[in-house]
This record gives sequence, C-alpha cells and structure tokens, in this order.
Amino acid sequence: MTAAIPYDRAILARRALIAAALRRLVAADAVIADETGLAVYESDALTAYRQLPLVAVLPSTVEEVAAVLRYCHAEGLKVVPRGAGTSLSGGALPLGDGVLLGMAKFNRILDVDLANRCVTAQTGVTNLAITRAVEADGFYYAPDPSSQSACTIGGNVAENSGGVHCLKYGMTTNNLLGLQVVLMSGEIVRIGGKHLDPGGYDLLGLLTGSEGLLGVVTEVTVRILPRPAAVGALMLGFGSAESAGRCVAAVIAAGIVPAGMEMMDRAAIHAAEAFAGAGYPLDVEALLLAELDGTARDVELRLQQVQDIARAHGAVRAVVATDEAERARLWAGRKAAFPAVGRISPDYLCMDGTIPRRQLPLVLTRIQALSERHGLRVVNVFHAGDGNLHPLILYDANAGEQDRAEAIGADILRLCVEVGGVLTGEHGVGIEKRDLMPVMFTEVDLEQQLRVKCAFDAQNLLNPGKVYPQLHRCVEEGRVHVHHGAVRFPELPRF
Amino acid sequence: MATSLHPDGPEAVAVLIREAAARSEPLEVRGFGSKRALGRAVQAARPLCLDRLDALHFYEPDEMVLSVGAGMPLRRIEALLAGQRQCLAFAPPDWRPLLGSDAPEQSIGGVVAGNLSGSRRLTAGAARDHLIGFCAVNGRGESFKSGGRVVKNVTGYDLSKLMAGSFGTLAVLTSVNLRVVPLPEHSSTLALQGVDAAAAVRLFALALAGSFDVTAAAWLPADLAPSVGLQGPVALLCFEGLEASVRERSARLCTTLAAGGESYAEDASRALWRALGDGVPLQARSESALWRVSLPPTAGAALLGAVPEARGWMDWAGGLVWFEVPDVGDASAACIRGQLARSGGHATLIRASSATRERVAVFEPLAPALAALTERLRASFDPAAILNPGRMA
Repeated sequence: MTAAIPYDRAILARRALIAAALRRLVAADAVIADETGLAVYESDALTAYRQLPLVAVLPSTVEEVAAVLRYCHAEGLKVVPRGAGTSLSGGALPLGDGVLLGMAKFNRILDVDLANRCVTAQTGVTNLAITRAVEADGFYYAPDPSSQSACTIGGNVAENSGGVHCLKYGMTTNNLLGLQVVLMSGEIVRIGGKHLDPGGYDLLGLLTGSEGLLGVVTEVTVRILPRPAAVGALMLGFGSAESAGRCVAAVIAAGIVPAGMEMMDRAAIHAAEAFAGAGYPLDVEALLLAELDGTARDVELRLQQVQDIARAHGAVRAVVATDEAERARLWAGRKAAFPAVGRISPDYLCMDGTIPRRQLPLVLTRIQALSERHGLRVVNVFHAGDGNLHPLILYDANAGEQDRAEAIGADILRLCVEVGGVLTGEHGVGIEKRDLMPVMFTEVDLEQQLRVKCAFDAQNLLNPGKVYPQLHRCVEEGRVHVHHGAVRFPELPRF
Repeated sequence: MATSLHPDGPEAVAVLIREAAARSEPLEVRGFGSKRALGRAVQAARPLCLDRLDALHFYEPDEMVLSVGAGMPLRRIEALLAGQRQCLAFAPPDWRPLLGSDAPEQSIGGVVAGNLSGSRRLTAGAARDHLIGFCAVNGRGESFKSGGRVVKNVTGYDLSKLMAGSFGTLAVLTSVNLRVVPLPEHSSTLALQGVDAAAAVRLFALALAGSFDVTAAAWLPADLAPSVGLQGPVALLCFEGLEASVRERSARLCTTLAAGGESYAEDASRALWRALGDGVPLQARSESALWRVSLPPTAGAALLGAVPEARGWMDWAGGLVWFEVPDVGDASAACIRGQLARSGGHATLIRASSATRERVAVFEPLAPALAALTERLRASFDPAAILNPGRMA
C-alpha cells in the first residue's frame, strides 16, 4: 500500500546508526529496528493505513522519554507516540522516517488517593485498570470508550476519549486533573495536579485531544466518582426516526440527563438482533436505549418520566430492565452493533460525525439518498443524547468498492458540518479526516491552530502529518503555509 | 486616557485590532470592566470595549446550547435561560461587590475569559467545561473560530479551553457557544453546625465517596457564617434534583454521618450558594488582601491554619480556600506559595491594593519551562503583545 505520509529515504538509510544512538539512551532491547519486530506497530485500529516505522523505542522512565526526544529534536527526527494503538483515525500510524515511541512500559498505577478522589497512573495504564483499582472502594473512572479494556489513559488524553456515558459525565477533558508531559525539546513539565482549574493558561485542556502533536504524556491524574447506587435501562421502539428524535429532545427538555442515550436505525436493529439476540423488536424503524443512574429512588422516578414522555411521542414498544441481567441483555445488542455489521458485510467504514440532535431526521434521509446513489448500504448507530452519529458504510474491498465507500464517508462528514455539526465527535482527526479539515475550518482558523503547534514544537517533529494538512515550517513571524493535502497528495484516499 | 473603542461587530473588532497592531498600540480588552481590579494593571492606553457585541445568535433549549455575542450581559443570559428552566451549570459568580466595581453589568465574555465558576464547579465543571466553541480576533486582527455548537467534538485543538482563563491576553472573544443544563427541580442545603475545618473536609470526603449526589460543599467559620445569615462553624452540603430524591439523599447522609442538621430549601438554598459563589463572606473587608486558592481538598484546612492572621472559608469540599490577610508586605504570598509547593495547587490574589498587586505575582508563578511555553503560546496568538499586556504577568 502507498505510504499515507511520504517519507525521506535518506533517513531510512541511517536506520542502523539511529538505532545504535537510541540504544545508548534506553535499554538495548528497548530499541526495535528489524522489520519483523517493527511489524507489530505498522498500523493502529484504522488498518486501512499501514507503514513500518523507522525504529521503535520502548522507554521505561520519563528520563528515558526525555532523552529520546532530546536526541530526536537535535537530529531533526520525527516521533510518533503510541499507547495501545487503538486509535480509529490513524493517530498512531507510524512514519517511515520517524521514531515510534511506544509507551507500553509505563504500566503502573502510582497513587490511589480516595480522600482527594483521584488516581495518578502512568500513561500506558489501561482505562479500565483505573476503575479496577478503585472499584472495591465504590469508585470508578467515568469515561468509558468501547475499547476501555485495551486503550491507555495516555491515549485517552491524546484523543479526548468519550464513551456512551459522556452525555452525563463528560469526556476525558472534563475528568482530568493533572499531567506530566515531555515536550519535543525533552523538557519535562507538570501541569495541574490534584486540584481544579489551572493557575495560568489551561494547558491541560489544550493538550487533551491534541492527538499526540503537542507533547508526550507520561503520567495522568484523573478524578474518580462514586459508583451510582442504582442503574436502570429502558428500551423504546418507534415507528420513525423522527419520533425517536423528538422523544430524545423531549427527555432533555424535561430536565433529564440520562447517563446514556443510544439510537439505532432499522438496519442496525436487525443486524444487532441477528447477532446478539437481545430481544429487540424487528417491526420498528428506530430503537432508543436510555440508561438512568443515581440513587434507587432517582432511577425509579426518572424511568417513569422517560416512559411517559416516550408514550406521548408515539413509542410503540417499551421495555424496562429491572435487573442487572436484563439491562446487560438490552445493551448487548447495541454493543454488538459493529461486529454484527462485520458479519453481514465483508468490510465496513465507521464514521464519527456529530450533529445538532434536531437535524437527525434530515441527516438520516440524506444518508439514505447517498447510500442509494452510491449503491452501498449504510447502517446507523447514534449516541443520540449528544448527537454523535456513527454511520457504518458496508462495502466489499475485494469487489473494488472501497473508493465508493470512502466517497460516501466524506459526503456524510461534509453533511454533518453543513447542518452545524463537526467532523469527529470522539475518534479524532488523525490521518483519516485530515484532508477534510478545510471543510470545517477556514485557512485562518487552521493557521492559528498550527501556530499553537509551533509554540510546542517549532520543527514540526511530533506526530507530523496528522490532524492538519501538511505543515511545512514555522517561520519567525509565526506564519505557516497550509497545503490542502488532497491537492498535494492525489494518491491519498479521501474521506 | 484615550477614548474607549466600542466596535459594533466582530468585523469592526478585527479592523480596530489590525490598526492597533500596525501602530503597536496596546489595547485594554474588556466587556463592562467589572473585573478590571483583578490581575495586574494592564499597560495599555486604549480600552477596547465589547459591550456592543451583545447579540443573541441562537438559543436552542432542546439542544441545550446557547450562542451569544461576548458582550452580552450575564444577567440577560440568566433571565433567558430561566425562562426555559435552564441555567449555566458552572454557576458563574458576580464579583463586582467583591472587587469594588461599579460596572453596570458583567459580560459573558468576561466570565469566560476569567474562567469564573461558583460552588457547583466541584461537580458540574468550570466555565471552561461548558464553553464548546467561540469566535475571536487574535492580536494580528484575524477572525478565527474553534470548536462548534455541539458538545461532543474532537476536531482540532480545543482552543476553547485555552481561551477560558486567558483574561483577554490571547485573543478578543467576539462570540461564545455555551452548553446549558436543566435547572435542578429542587435545591436543598444541609447545614451541620459545630464542625471545624479539618472535620468538615473529612465529612465532605465521606459524603462525596457515597451515592448522595452532593453537588456543592462548603465550610464557614464562626466569624464569617453570619455574612450569609448562618451560625458557624458550619459545614454546608447542597443536594439538587427531584424533591423526593433530595429529601432521601439528605436524610440518608445524616444517618450515615450520625449527625443532625438543619435544612434550607429552594430559594434559601439557592441564595446561599449564590452568595458563596459571589464571595460574600469576605466581600466587605476591602482593606485586606484577598486570596483564592485551588488545592487538593484534603490540604484546604491545613492551609487555613498555616498562614498567620489568615481568616477564611472553604468551598469545593475543601479544594478552594478563600481567605484574607493584612494587605502589607507580600500579603503572605511567600508563605502561601511555600505551602502550595508541598501540597500542589495555585493561589490567585483576587483583591489587594494596586501597590501590592505590583509587588506580588497575582497569578501563580510558573516553572521556567512552563513559563517559556506560555510565552510562546501567547505570542502565537498575539505576537506584538497588544492585547491586555501585563494582565497575567
């Protein structure tokens, strides 16, 4: 496959020298320079893109990270940080002329501070391991991306990960208290701590979701919350996506903030039911799953309120999960939606736009039209509470349908922006949506963001080629040149 | 002083900034100037006032989103939201009396630029958590935007976070998009008397570790409690939501703590937390120096005890300490920041004589690498340093 980001073969020729230099900075076996060993890192969860890195380095300490970055900074070598490699947007895709900085050895929880309701963990600790460390004491870490058993907390910071419960509990950025970060220069800085809000500029907020372009996170402090005493779930079936959408709006308008609120369209319901046997009705056009948490009394009262609202908005089915097993069964279908689609189609693309909720009927109608025009099926699952849409575009790569699938994907994201939404709600821009950034941002908007990048990394060495159309250099007055990548790299897939 | 500039729209702001940049003429960026006394005095001759940027762009209650000009008075926003039984979750405070300001209003842009939040910040997040997008003009006079009108958005750097709390030193906000939340159906405050500061922090830790859904927690000593009509020392816990649930949680917490307390419901409860957010307990003592310190909750009570002659109270379950000290010398800055070097956290000198504010770092001094990074970041927005120069120095 063509390199997604072109690389400098002269640097590749220096591989042995660079590996030798890195071996002086970290343990000798922590530098991988053979192609077999490097193959592990050739892609992240966006497997359409593959590239072997120049070398991979697996440091064990923050001092080693600093030494590696200092060396790369001095040598003008590019660096791609990587957690567990679960990015869905190619954020951890290696560069052929870049050092892959694997953070897997940063796997210790450093401090569980229940009195201050926070946990400090090294960057490579998994999201779920943080909850595991505190659950016996009745706490949990709220953001729960679907990859939570594998994805790292450092990667969550880089991507500002969400999850099905972020409607009520926020994304990573709303649950983060402190970071230790190594800048591209090799400087080690601490931002925040166990307290709320910064004393100066909010670098914590800026670094969160910066997709590894501004610094390498080595340590993370997050707030933890007491596990709600009760959780209830409700499944609602509707005769149309419009009435389901109106029901969501009415629930919100009534002052109820569910812990989660998911919607599936007819195709998704059928695929999920065939796969998971969750007991979903097959005669409805849209299915809502609402989860409510709090005290037992709260959950009971809110479930009743939501049911009343749903009835008033034409719900034709309503099932309340009264126990944990039933709740798990209702969720099983939704959680199986992606693998279920994987079973009915050889390949699929998962998109990730966010739209204002009220635009849902229009967007679904237009997605259907795109689907018919391109002759490919689209299945929709939707974090309905916060407007985050995941259309799954079904195609067969072996039948030469990839280009068409990507064209629909790009059109769907353009549609999201057109109706007031954004290109990505939780998966990140990475390499996947990089060339669509000008759809949402003007050149001035992008230049300001690139100047921010320059303030952290003037040589553009840290994860370059991701998020932004190619950045060339930072010149003195801070002006940068933005090339729209689609023109510069016509061989790139566009979506 | 030069005539104030009152541009009537974002484009006019951009033109004025381009002109100022061409002349290297610094501007003092403000809404109504209600927080001018906070921070270092700006070294700029010409005020750039955003009060005419007061348009309502859209308010969609069912989407829980609001977009307004940065100069919209907070009071108008609160009235608008209340009409739909919604509110800003971070409970923006009004510090005009605290800062001795006679400004007629405070603007939403100023609230955001200061990242000002009240007592509910503990559980509901700060202003920065609710700013989901903005338009601004940078120091080059270029209009740019970041974020959007939806909450769930990871497209590009989250510059909203950077704008919140930058006190107008990076760019001039022209419009802000905010998420709004339902107004809690019911509010009730449990007041537990006779609790000292250290015991209060332990009590808060217990309350916040259980499923009581406490939304705010503060402590007042005997001498400051009367400022909000209470007897002290007193620990205060706020419960919000459905009335039946509020009662149940409050009663269950009393049982858990084996404590009996008095409850203040509805208007009395809401007024109490508003007063605390506004800093009422130390509002009247304008001759002292006033500090606001954010720190790990368990360090709050210890800090109050460690600073000589300090008189203060705690919010955010101990994680926010407000206190006054005599406005002499360094106003205890060295002592406070010495404590914070051990516990973590940061101190802001909210109110002091201008002489003290010249001598003492108003905002927490940064480590050298962070200070250098901060300066590069500032320059990436405003290379000629014409926007509120010196305000955060």
